[in-house]
Amino acid sequence: MTLANATVQSGRHGPPGSPRGKQSGQINRNAGTWFLVLPALIPILVLSVGPLLYGIALAFTDSQSGRTRSTQWVGVLNFQDLLHDGLFWESFRIGLFWAVGVTVPQFVLALGLALLLNENLRMRWLARALAIIPWAMPEVVVGIMWRLVYNPDAGILNETIRDLGLGDGRDWLTGLATALPAVIVVGIWAGMPQTTVALLAGLQNTPHELHEAAALDGAGAWRRFRTVTWPALRPVALSITALNFIWNFNSFALVYVLTNGGPGGRTRLPMLFAYEEAFRYGQFGYAAAMGCVMVAVISVILAVYLAGRLRGGEDR
Amino acid sequence: MSLRTSRPARAGQYAALLCYLVFLAFPFLWLISTAFKPAPELGSLHPTWIPENPTLDNFRQAFDEQPLLRAAGNSLIAALSAGVIAVVIATPMAYVMARHRSRLSTAATGWVVVSQAFPFVLLIIPLFLVLKYLHLINSLWGLIMVYVVWSLPFALWMLVGYVRAVPPELEEAAAVDGADRLRILVSVTAPLLAPGIVATALFAFITAWNEFFFALVLLKTPEKQTLPVVLTHFLGAEGASDLGPLAAAAFLATLPSLVLFAVIQRRITGGMLAGAVKS
Repeated sequence: MTLANATVQSGRHGPPGSPRGKQSGQINRNAGTWFLVLPALIPILVLSVGPLLYGIALAFTDSQSGRTRSTQWVGVLNFQDLLHDGLFWESFRIGLFWAVGVTVPQFVLALGLALLLNENLRMRWLARALAIIPWAMPEVVVGIMWRLVYNPDAGILNETIRDLGLGDGRDWLTGLATALPAVIVVGIWAGMPQTTVALLAGLQNTPHELHEAAALDGAGAWRRFRTVTWPALRPVALSITALNFIWNFNSFALVYVLTNGGPGGRTRLPMLFAYEEAFRYGQFGYAAAMGCVMVAVISVILAVYLAGRLRGGEDR
Repeated sequence: MSLRTSRPARAGQYAALLCYLVFLAFPFLWLISTAFKPAPELGSLHPTWIPENPTLDNFRQAFDEQPLLRAAGNSLIAALSAGVIAVVIATPMAYVMARHRSRLSTAATGWVVVSQAFPFVLLIIPLFLVLKYLHLINSLWGLIMVYVVWSLPFALWMLVGYVRAVPPELEEAAAVDGADRLRILVSVTAPLLAPGIVATALFAFITAWNEFFFALVLLKTPEKQTLPVVLTHFLGAEGASDLGPLAAAAFLATLPSLVLFAVIQRRITGGMLAGAVKS
């Protein structure tokens, strides 16, 4: 969403009335501008940018909680340890699997829903209203709600399976094979509204005349989608997918409530791992190093992805 | 779309829409159903959609088991403060970002984008240390500070959009009349921005009300904890008898954000649509 907006920000208005009164107005304007910006800028610098840099610095120390000895620089020791930490890479692999497993189906489903909502259908308002619910719910409640759905005895999922004569159902969230797919379904459900709304915004941006012209030329629904809708939707689709991937990779609350990383670490996302390392075992430096590795790998993946998609766009 | 759609295609569209409706609605309906079921029905091996003997016992029991009211109070204080403070400090900055193209607004826009990408663990450890140094661990004020900064990127993004929607000609007219910058901002621009500012504040309120990770790390004692954190205490015991109160509490915790979201939903999606169309 923010990425999409970044393109909106360029261009349009210059500063109002800037050409006149250059000498006398300039100083006043700058002074006034700083006065307007500082209330937000100081908290951002002190509580966001500062801690971020501090956090990166911590990755190179042996910082721990509740220790009397003073914190020391240890160079890249934490990163060397991470390299050999099989559990961390296992959780990293799970995190990537989860992020792709949520982002891709979510995009496909949200695109379908957005296309439907863009049509003149009767139950559209109901679908729009319902599509908002996951967005407004606390993630903790979403997790609790799906635990009720997945409950082996009293849950509706197993009851439906029993009613349909498909067997006795199973214990979805504690089964080694089913836990990760089960939480991925919840992730898809929970993130669909934002994706749908962003894509719907992109769809309403598509020039209507092009559709009609294409239809007059005898293009079918699929051809119209491919030649008219998709090219116009592409920038929105690109940025929302990239953002969703990052958000999903960094997610915490949903899985914390659903499985708390279990069973046997099968759903232990990197954030859950880092949280435990930092706030259960007090290894601040080590956990900060994990955060750095997460950022680095995500940035590389995203850069490759964006470069590839953007180049694809130029080839058209 | 005014294009003619064939009858079978229309039917297919309705079938697909129905599938979406079921997928989106069923977990929520199940939550409500569970919240109103008496204990014997919750223990039944063949649960039903509609409670046979609907009851409010689960709600009473939920309040007995956990300090829900106090937790809701804490959440209210944190979310309200975060929402108000965020828009008060974000509105002037958003104004500058929307009206002046300078290195500052480029940097701020870049930060808004980049801040979305960082895993919170990289932020929370240093914040934890800083707040500990300031004796603001286990304090709602520490949490509020974090929430304000955390909601700033989105608040700035929304507000910049709203400022853009105000025609600069209005301000130029006021400037010609001799009003200074602050005067223009307060008496011309702010009133036009008011609905957008309210929507942004409500959105910041909802995100703070729903937030879990920072609250989990920063709040230690049950007296200080917010609603989402207290909700997870219901998960401690795994017995089937706890499902009812769990569902009841979860349902109650959702209501405020659902209601507020219904109020501002049009503005958020509308703002998004407007932003997309204008580019």
